[in-house]
Amino acid sequence: MINEQQPTLPAPASTIGLVGWLRTNLFNTPMNSIATIVMLYLCYLWLTPIFDWVFISADWAGTTRESCTSGGACWVFITQRIDQFMYGFYPADETWRLNVTFFAFVALIAWLIWPNLPKKGLVAAFTLLIFPFIAFVLLSGGYFGLEHVETHKWGGLSLTLVLAVVGIVAALPLGILLALGRRSEMPIVRAMSVAYIEIWRGVPLITVLFMASVMLPLFLPEDMHFDKLLRALIGITMFQTAYMAEVIRGGLQAIPKGQYEAADALGLGYWQKMVMIILPQALKLMIPGVVNTFIALFKDTSLVLIIGLFDLLAIVQAAQNDPKWIGYATEGYVFVAFVFWIFCFGMSRYSQHLEKMLHTGHGSRA
Amino acid sequence: MFNKKLLTAAAVSAALASSASFAGTLDSVKERGSLQCGVSSGVPGYSVPDDKGTWTGLDVDVCRAIAAAVLGDATKVKYIPLTAKERFTALSSGEIDVLSRTTTWTLTRDSQLGINFAGVNYYDGQGFLVKKDLGVSSVKELDGATICIQSGTTTELNTADYFNANGLAHTPVTFDTNDQAATAFDTGRCDAFTTDLSQAFALRSRMGDPSSVVALPEVISKEPLGPSVKQADDQWFNMVKWSLNAMINAEELGITSENVDDLKANSKNPSIQRLLGGSEGLSKGLGVDDDWAYRIVKQVGNYGESFDRNLGAGSALGIDRGINALWNQGGFLYAPPIR
Repeated sequence: MINEQQPTLPAPASTIGLVGWLRTNLFNTPMNSIATIVMLYLCYLWLTPIFDWVFISADWAGTTRESCTSGGACWVFITQRIDQFMYGFYPADETWRLNVTFFAFVALIAWLIWPNLPKKGLVAAFTLLIFPFIAFVLLSGGYFGLEHVETHKWGGLSLTLVLAVVGIVAALPLGILLALGRRSEMPIVRAMSVAYIEIWRGVPLITVLFMASVMLPLFLPEDMHFDKLLRALIGITMFQTAYMAEVIRGGLQAIPKGQYEAADALGLGYWQKMVMIILPQALKLMIPGVVNTFIALFKDTSLVLIIGLFDLLAIVQAAQNDPKWIGYATEGYVFVAFVFWIFCFGMSRYSQHLEKMLHTGHGSRA
Repeated sequence: MFNKKLLTAAAVSAALASSASFAGTLDSVKERGSLQCGVSSGVPGYSVPDDKGTWTGLDVDVCRAIAAAVLGDATKVKYIPLTAKERFTALSSGEIDVLSRTTTWTLTRDSQLGINFAGVNYYDGQGFLVKKDLGVSSVKELDGATICIQSGTTTELNTADYFNANGLAHTPVTFDTNDQAATAFDTGRCDAFTTDLSQAFALRSRMGDPSSVVALPEVISKEPLGPSVKQADDQWFNMVKWSLNAMINAEELGITSENVDDLKANSKNPSIQRLLGGSEGLSKGLGVDDDWAYRIVKQVGNYGESFDRNLGAGSALGIDRGINALWNQGGFLYAPPIR
């Protein structure tokens, strides 16, 4: 009787659930307990006024600054100008074109990243090769009865997205080519790739933009005018390509030599080897680096404010100078930071998901 | 140093530009059907987009006046927002037809950058703000005071020069932006705040209690702001110059956007008739029809209306006319006659 197996007791209440977690992580030693309490108190001291400013005593409804009386954040400033922050100076009747372009792009991307949807290759080709032209016609107009909207009217979040998406989409393929070029055995190709990468990586983006907007026009003939946005886009792409190339080269170097040799042994040519064996493995390894570069680029786009393009940050700054709204700079900056954070955090989460999904072989499984 | 190089580059390009033959800007503006006007990317009261994206401001009104005179429609303006560094390149490279962007008229700029200043639309200058309860009525009484200044500007140098020249001590407290400097002054960090007066008034309007802050009478620097055009195109230079002059003359003659039609039809005053196109062939040399000034006043208003709407009592800034009043009302504004 006595030797009969007793039923397993549940773990002690103090080691499971929230209490257990708290005990093992935050209150496991007297020192930690004190630290936790002090930190909680500091959080309380710091966060309550912020929370109060942002939500509790903030003003949300209204149309003018007279509506902002409570002393908290004046979100009326943002709500009154939200269209301008999103679309810039794009004519109000035409903003549907921005929306269509944006949602079409989101739909295409969603198709590509959603698992198990058919015809991904076709959609990818469409997104990369045909969609840019459709987007350009839609945004800029001038064809098919669409009103022509000059680029100096583009602005706000839509301009930020145009800059970032063009930079990202153009820099990745160009970066792959440059990285392959740098590892090539052909001396001229290699030397040119190295020179390109080192020159562009050696100058700050702000210099590139400044050159593109201030110096370049001086070297061009009198009546030749490059669009300022186009100049900025080319500058950003060339700059970003160099960074992307180095990230990709890192990925290529991580592939064991055996893979190259195995591909050669199979009798594959250079491009077959790269496209079928090396790049699929290498691109997987590069995801953190590539996404990191994307996020950096997305945030760098706000530098265009020094060349007078109204991206999201610049247009919010301009709005702060409206005599009707002087003094609400904090709200503007908080709003900009929030929008940027949403996009960057989204990209970061997606990259983590992608890594997990593609974590199929080789290397150490951490 | 960088600036010097930039200046040289701009000057070289301007020299090249003047040697090349070009169609006059006036003709190309007419042909294009729109005026390309360089403005700031946001200075309160001078050029700033409102919540509908429409540009407003004293500098913007100069652009609108030129468009009204040349193209007959004040809305036919393409506003090109420019940073302070870009502005002269944009003008000399022909990206813009006229630069109207709170630009101080100085010898170097006028003589080395290949540009011409077409007049002054605002006489600015560096001034000081103090709290009323400090009981100070002159900068001379600010010996030993702490002064909030934006760093890295001529403002900082002007202040040091002025205080040294008058044998006064001062402690500058510098900030990256004017905004921060004003906030610091407002919260009692300094005894005084100094910047260009136009900015000072804009910043004062958002302080905790604007009525407790006063400007001292001394103005320690000259900052005449005005529109500029590329050198070596005299026809266009005249057009811009006289568009501004027409606005100032209209105010002097009491012509406003409201009574302009009435005066054009009924006024017996020959000066008014000449301005509004009553004397045929007067504007032949300008390259526009005789009604150009009428259109400016009708569509944009006279200088006083523009000032009031953008900077003065009719705006959120509430700046006094001060030295920007007409010459016969105690200010500096004086336009040559239209005859």
